[in-house]
Amino acid sequence: MSADLILLALLMGAATYPSRAIPLVAPGVERLPPPVLEYLRLVGPAVLAALAATSTMIVVDADRQVTFHVGIEWAAVLVALVVVRWRRNLFLGLAAAVALTIAARGLGLA
Amino acid sequence: MDVAASRRILALDGMGIIVTAVGFGVVYGLTAREAGLSVVETMAMSVFVFAGAAQFAAVGYLVQGLGWPAIVLLTAFLNARHLLYSAALLPWFRGVSRPRRAALAYVLTDEAFALSIAHFRRIGRLDPAGYGYAGVVVTFIPWNLSTIAGFLLGGAIADPAQLGIDVIFPAAMAGLALGLATGRREVVAATAGAGIAVVASLAWDPAGGILVGGVVGPAIAMLLPVREARPPSPAPPEAGRPTEATDQDPGPDPEIGVAP
Repeated sequence: MSADLILLALLMGAATYPSRAIPLVAPGVERLPPPVLEYLRLVGPAVLAALAATSTMIVVDADRQVTFHVGIEWAAVLVALVVVRWRRNLFLGLAAAVALTIAARGLGLA
Repeated sequence: MDVAASRRILALDGMGIIVTAVGFGVVYGLTAREAGLSVVETMAMSVFVFAGAAQFAAVGYLVQGLGWPAIVLLTAFLNARHLLYSAALLPWFRGVSRPRRAALAYVLTDEAFALSIAHFRRIGRLDPAGYGYAGVVVTFIPWNLSTIAGFLLGGAIADPAQLGIDVIFPAAMAGLALGLATGRREVVAATAGAGIAVVASLAWDPAGGILVGGVVGPAIAMLLPVREARPPSPAPPEAGRPTEATDQDPGPDPEIGVAP
């Protein structure tokens, strides 16, 4: 059994961890001014929406070509949002999104 | 909202995220096996890197024959968005020792951030147990167990696309963003962040696009004047403020995940 890539995994982890930890542990950032706190409060919705949008609308092919994508994923995310808003339940929203996707792909519509 | 009620919401939302983590973990394990990684190497990625997108990308880079330095550099770039998560969580972690923060940072992922920031805002303070639940119980453990399952089950797994697994992540992130959009500024930040991220992804790179959207979206929202009539959704506690749970109004729709 090969274990050659364990070192690579450690290096990748070492490259990832600073971005997770530096803002939390860096000295001198304990007392932030109110505008900065307000900005940071808005980072959450912005970055999660950015993740959702790029995961839905952007496709990267095997040659690393980035293209705009329109597909059943749009409808699935929209359905999830409607269900989450309506039922206030993320799990139900995800279930609805998956059900729609399975049905559409099963029927050959996507 | 009291802590117990918010934790119930957290637990319920966490179920959806567990489905996400398991779905992607299984697919990652399967992908890594097909790319020729051993089970130990596959698991090392999930334990040490613990970042799904970067792990998928690394497997692809290895197949393409990319060198290790390039893979490590691209991993750092792909995961740079965690800087935003960490910075956004910082105000909530005031009063927590740095060694403890350093330990908690290890399990900071998209999912852990999304669940815990919503939880903190509902209760108006930090809840380390809630963060641990989001980071470890909901994400780290399912991700690693499903990685093993995906690797071991191999070809027995049906086409993941037919199971709709690929829509779980964007739907989960959109649903959680909706839960955080409790005011005008949040809605503008989310909308602008999403739009800018897509444009920047097409012009540059998806990882960079997410980062740009996450940075510029809030800046645009900050241009909006603050409404005086309605208090904004709970802000992180000021330094020195008691960290007891409060009855502060969490905004118009903070209860994403409440069972009907």
